[in-house]
Amino acid sequence: MIEQIDLSLVDWSRGQFALTAMYHWLFVPLTLGLSFLVAIMETIYVKTGDSFWKKTTKFWMTIFGINFAIGVATGIILEFEFGTNWSNYSWFVGDIFGAPLAIEGIMAFFMESTFIAVMFFGWNKVSKKFHLASTWLTAIGANLSALWILVANAWMQNPVGMHFNPDTARNEMQNFWEVLFSSSAVNKFLHTISSGFVLAALVVIGISAWFLLKKREVLFAKRSMIVASTFGILSAIFLIGTGDSSARDLASDQPVKFAAMEALYDGRTNAPLVAIGALSSPTEDQGLMRENFIFKIEIPGALSFMVHRSSKGFVPGIKDLVLGNEKENIISVSEKIERGDIAISTLRELKEAKKNNPERYIELRAKFEDKEWIDNYFRYFGYGYYKGRDTQELIPNVPISFYSFHIMVILGFYFFLLFTLVLFLGIRDRLEGKRWLLYIALWTIPLAYIASQAGWIVSELGRQPWVIQDLLPTVAAVSHINTTSVQITFFLFAVTFTALLIAEIKIMTKQIKIGPKEGGK
Amino acid sequence: MRGNTIFSKIFYFYRDGFRSMTVGKKLWIIILIKLFILFAILRIFFFHDFLESNFTSDDERSEYVIEQLTKTKKLHDD
Repeated sequence: MIEQIDLSLVDWSRGQFALTAMYHWLFVPLTLGLSFLVAIMETIYVKTGDSFWKKTTKFWMTIFGINFAIGVATGIILEFEFGTNWSNYSWFVGDIFGAPLAIEGIMAFFMESTFIAVMFFGWNKVSKKFHLASTWLTAIGANLSALWILVANAWMQNPVGMHFNPDTARNEMQNFWEVLFSSSAVNKFLHTISSGFVLAALVVIGISAWFLLKKREVLFAKRSMIVASTFGILSAIFLIGTGDSSARDLASDQPVKFAAMEALYDGRTNAPLVAIGALSSPTEDQGLMRENFIFKIEIPGALSFMVHRSSKGFVPGIKDLVLGNEKENIISVSEKIERGDIAISTLRELKEAKKNNPERYIELRAKFEDKEWIDNYFRYFGYGYYKGRDTQELIPNVPISFYSFHIMVILGFYFFLLFTLVLFLGIRDRLEGKRWLLYIALWTIPLAYIASQAGWIVSELGRQPWVIQDLLPTVAAVSHINTTSVQITFFLFAVTFTALLIAEIKIMTKQIKIGPKEGGK
Repeated sequence: MRGNTIFSKIFYFYRDGFRSMTVGKKLWIIILIKLFILFAILRIFFFHDFLESNFTSDDERSEYVIEQLTKTKKLHDD
């Protein structure tokens, strides 16, 4: 099948999906985090009765509204693409995606549309407490909407709670709770929303810093910075914690991705974590292309500790995972390819037997119900597509995985330090005099988006070649459609989304320049 | 004259809300243009559901996808 697919079709389809997902993700994190910041500020207003906080809340609510309006529905395109560009995949995932996405649609519609209306239109029309409840429910609703798509994404990274039906070629959900509460789903949800909280806190701090630099709305800016930095510190701690547990998940469910993120080729105990490093041109090593380091600064034993909570734990490298490591009980990719090939042959034979050999059909059908056969063969179904091909194709792009991961982590720790410093100086009322810090805070806004996008690159590019881990590679998931139509829509999306982004920046900038308005009566 | 039923209250709540919008009007125009591009252009002309539009029943779709997923073996056999 791989030989028959026009690889430019796969590349354009992937490019289009990446483009739309990344643009969509430019809008989402600010919505997730700013909704909570607005709710916190309104809570202070309701508690204190101070109209200053009403003015502050309304300003940030306007920024939230602009971002929400521009970003709303940009995710629908991804669902269009599933059906058109990724039909094999859409069919194969069966109802695993259907249920979470349906819940998301209903929840998003009812919770967000109802409570957002009260949030924006309800000032002075409903009671303060009802308005506040609507603001909180908007924030909770927005974040719960994100839950369902992230659950679906986590299932692709770690498919659990389902059973493959060979008659329909669809996965059927066996255990909804296992899908919802798998450690991958829980960690992905918590890590993703907390990254949105951090981004929103940085946007509030950055915009507030601009006001201080302009010597405008000084009290508003300082108080906004204190609220945002407090929220940011708590979110960053949560982000680091969930990042740590996500790393443990990856090490067990997607070990090749984990090794690629660290450019770790030779597995070892007491494995160090690369704090910072630069890769040189790859060289060949036992049939594999290997990235070497020009330089690196390592934290001894930290990678082993991160995975096993002990520096004595073995962390497999890319070579162990591709060539196998008997001592560590890691089977080689060539063995997985053989087993996957058997699983594919069995499915093919079952399809033929269903038409003309009922006895053989029953025999083969039983295999797909046999847990041992599923664990030993079907589990590696996707590897069968790589029979006779270069095993290098089963390794994600190491430099991109490595740099994206390290950019995300380094920026994450930098954000934590920035929040701490802003809060420290904010409490002591010394922010205005630190113009260097205000400039740093302002220029950290784009860094927040870079870190956020880098996180998605690690997650989505690092799992290649899989669209569903070990079961379905990207090349087998794509629809046989005309490449030209994918190219046309790629550019249509690029133009549409860029126009939306420009509109957002222009409208937002204009509102920021206008500043908070009086109206807190 | 405004009614006192819950439905009329909701209606006037939304109507007054939309009327009092400032930056919101511009945002609604953007939302409507965006939805038009998404549903009236992209969805209709470019994003047909591949399996829905090429096959009439789920059996045919299953048959097709299984064939696609198992083609690799045929290649090796050949």
